[in-house]
Amino acid sequence: MRHILAKSLAPTDGVRDYMAAQEKKSLLRFLTCGSVDDGKSTLIGRLLSDTKQIFEDQLAALERDSRKHGTTGDDIDFALLVDGLEAEREQGITIDVAYRFFATPKRKFIVADTPGHEQYTRNMATGASTADLAIVLIDARQGVLRQTRRHSIIASLLGIRHVVLAVNKIDLVGFDKAVFERIIEDYRQFSHKLGFETIVPIPMSARYGDNVTSRSDKTDWYSGPTLIEHLETVSVDEAAVELPFRFPVQYVNRPNLDFRGFAGTIASGSVSQGDEVVVAKSGKSSHVRRIVAHGGDLDQAVAGQAITLVLDDEVEVSRGNMLVSPAARPQVADQFAANIVWFDEHALLPGRSYILRTETDQTSATVTDLKYRVNVNDFAHEAAKSLEMNEVGICNLSTRAPIAFDTFGENRTTGAFILIDRITNATVGAGMLLHSLRRAENIHWQSLDVGKRGRADMKNQRSAVFWFTGLSGSGKSTIANLFEKKLFATGRHTYILDGDNVRHGLNRDLGFTDADRVENIRRVAEVARLMADAGLIVIVSFISPFSAERRMARELMADGEFVEVFVDTPFEECARRDPKGLYARALNGEIKNFTGVDSPYEAPENPEIHLRTLGKTAEEMVEALELWLNERDIAEDQYDSGGGI
Amino acid sequence: MNITLTHLQRLEAESIHIFREVAAVFAKPVMLYSVGKDSSVLMHLAMKAFYPAKPPFPFLHVDTTWKFREMIAFRDQMAQKLGFDLLVHVNEDGVRDNINPFDHGSNTHTHVMKTVALRQALDKYGFDAAFGGARRDEEKSRAKERIFSFRNAQHVWDPKNQRPEMWKIFNTRIASGESIRVFPLSNWTELDIWQYILQEDIPIVPLYFAKERPVVERDGMLILKDDERMQLQPGETVENRLVRFRTLGCYPLTGAIESDADTLEAIVGEMLTARTSERQGRLIDRDEAGSMEKKKREGYF
Repeated sequence: MRHILAKSLAPTDGVRDYMAAQEKKSLLRFLTCGSVDDGKSTLIGRLLSDTKQIFEDQLAALERDSRKHGTTGDDIDFALLVDGLEAEREQGITIDVAYRFFATPKRKFIVADTPGHEQYTRNMATGASTADLAIVLIDARQGVLRQTRRHSIIASLLGIRHVVLAVNKIDLVGFDKAVFERIIEDYRQFSHKLGFETIVPIPMSARYGDNVTSRSDKTDWYSGPTLIEHLETVSVDEAAVELPFRFPVQYVNRPNLDFRGFAGTIASGSVSQGDEVVVAKSGKSSHVRRIVAHGGDLDQAVAGQAITLVLDDEVEVSRGNMLVSPAARPQVADQFAANIVWFDEHALLPGRSYILRTETDQTSATVTDLKYRVNVNDFAHEAAKSLEMNEVGICNLSTRAPIAFDTFGENRTTGAFILIDRITNATVGAGMLLHSLRRAENIHWQSLDVGKRGRADMKNQRSAVFWFTGLSGSGKSTIANLFEKKLFATGRHTYILDGDNVRHGLNRDLGFTDADRVENIRRVAEVARLMADAGLIVIVSFISPFSAERRMARELMADGEFVEVFVDTPFEECARRDPKGLYARALNGEIKNFTGVDSPYEAPENPEIHLRTLGKTAEEMVEALELWLNERDIAEDQYDSGGGI
Repeated sequence: MNITLTHLQRLEAESIHIFREVAAVFAKPVMLYSVGKDSSVLMHLAMKAFYPAKPPFPFLHVDTTWKFREMIAFRDQMAQKLGFDLLVHVNEDGVRDNINPFDHGSNTHTHVMKTVALRQALDKYGFDAAFGGARRDEEKSRAKERIFSFRNAQHVWDPKNQRPEMWKIFNTRIASGESIRVFPLSNWTELDIWQYILQEDIPIVPLYFAKERPVVERDGMLILKDDERMQLQPGETVENRLVRFRTLGCYPLTGAIESDADTLEAIVGEMLTARTSERQGRLIDRDEAGSMEKKKREGYF
């Protein structure tokens, strides 16, 4: 581009014309993926170099770097152009995705150079999520590898419909046509299930430039396009503007009482002044009064534009909701099925609560059923209890509040979500919505006439859930029993949910794996919630080792109702007491997954009540609990009515 | 219906979306305003994103005390004209120790007066999100950075462990003390910036336009003698030459280019035939390989 213009353009003449021409160019976003050392970074370096996108000072730096870190002898190591992190240059690998920009006279390109190592699959997915085409590189000497398949599956799941099969390093197999054709055959064999619209195989040498931007004279048996010819002409138009109108509300702009605008980016379709729109979650309808933009109102706006809508009526709309076409509405549900790609080293566990985020909405979600995991080698559906890092599976999810969505197949913007860990805030997974579950539509909450407050009032108390957590043998059950006796003696209505007892009945089917422990706690928390709803003071005595589950339990209860009690007895003391002889067996290796021995205990950071048991009697500790309860009740009653009951 | 957005319209929409996302989710955002061309574009986009309201966050300028005088004048003029809330922070410890690029070199000067100063300012006001004008095409470690880039409570960037960033769904969750650096111009190129300035008629510091200016040739760069603090070394002379700047920073560290481009059209025309990158005029990038990444890990923008 630059070299062409240098010749054809005098400095000021024609700049406006040139800009007008630039504006008409379409944009193609693509990524390079495939296994380690297949030459992804080298290919991008070659593309940038051959399309004259490298400045002289950058080239000088590249020559310096090639001498220092290069892996290509005396030649320039193009990979160093994109491997921008120190660790990458030192190790000669790509760790994270790099975005590069280039243009030819026909098109503009944004390319994501993604890592091949399995451990960095999440970074490949990051690059793929915004791409329309994938260049899957294959080392001609190696053929189709496990990572070739994994990346192809992920590209397909993320909605990419166009693939270039770049059979690279063809020079190292003597430009052999038979090798090329065998690899195509292998790839087609497994990829026909992935729903790609186009797969264009090209034999190339990224290092020497064969069939990248110029036709190679060493592959006269190949008559297809060079890579750049194909990239310049392939049609990937998804025509989001043709889909029904979707406007996820991102921000409510309310500078003064006279203006209330809903700001967001149109996900699909178009909108005109006067159009009827519907609020997705409530079904309320209104009309578009203004399409506000800096520099003057618009008559019409289309998919991709970031606008502000003003409606005719004062309808209730906030961030996370969607304004949509009345004729074709999205689904609204709190239970649905989705494809999930898992990124985190801590496996996805059914029953654990995560934060689910769509483009503008956020709620908590749990996987209620992991239906199967996809084997990346043969696409077999395998039964699984958890989804490990870099694995792909199909799950049912349940959210705390309904979300508005389309299926990912219909709409890549309104059909996608991410999952976030509640404690670390890491992005742990990406989801593509498949369909809502019928259950959600059929089961509606019954509004009941007698409420929690009434039930508790009749017992002359306030509901509460005392959640005892601590190591086995820390004294939870002893303190809980004594506490219940005291409460009972003062006329309170109570119930103890004890870890061991529940495992004999309700949770008889669960073992001690991480997944089962999470489910164990989830069920107990739900039971505790029902009991609190019945107006009881519930005492839960469970080791409950993971803070994520304790937090999940906390969020199930009303504010002020959940009381985390940390029964804090040092491991050595618990092992010394060993009331059930379990520590001796666990330390001998006879019991697996024993908390504190070979399974972790995550101590609470801010419990409501922290009982340090060493040197204290159970009576002393129960006094602390009673004191806390009395103070809470007095405070709440004053807050409620300014006096006693 | 068949309406295709232009390239600049798409970039603009993406940036506006990013601005609104931060305003909707974070408690205390700030925009880092460095007075250069990218900051001018960023400011223009922020105005558009929240129209008819003003941007719901202040603008922060980290003043190293070595910026071109024309930059400071332009900054104050823009703040007055657009009516945004401008905060200026100077590292007073650095001023007391008289840290400067001539005696201490670009590395120490940049670290103390920019990186440390920025961390001071972010801590002082307790900002939880900070917009910056960095673009991925500027430099190869920037090409690796997320649009929403996580920083721990010490403002440290961990490039080997970035959060995945899927679609336009941004993970904005942070714990107390942590923050996010946000880069709305991530996908813009230098050429896009100039074309957009031309299209939208965005005001920029006059130093970008060619003019006769007093410069000194030093270490292969043309340094503008902006004030009396710059001492001439033996053999050096001040010459009036027709120059302009492609990028603006601290005047002793920013090289001018010889050019007669005195209009936006001429600048874009010159861009199209440029054979060196814009950062070539920045002394701080040349200190050592990987120097930008190192600075960024320490908290530089």
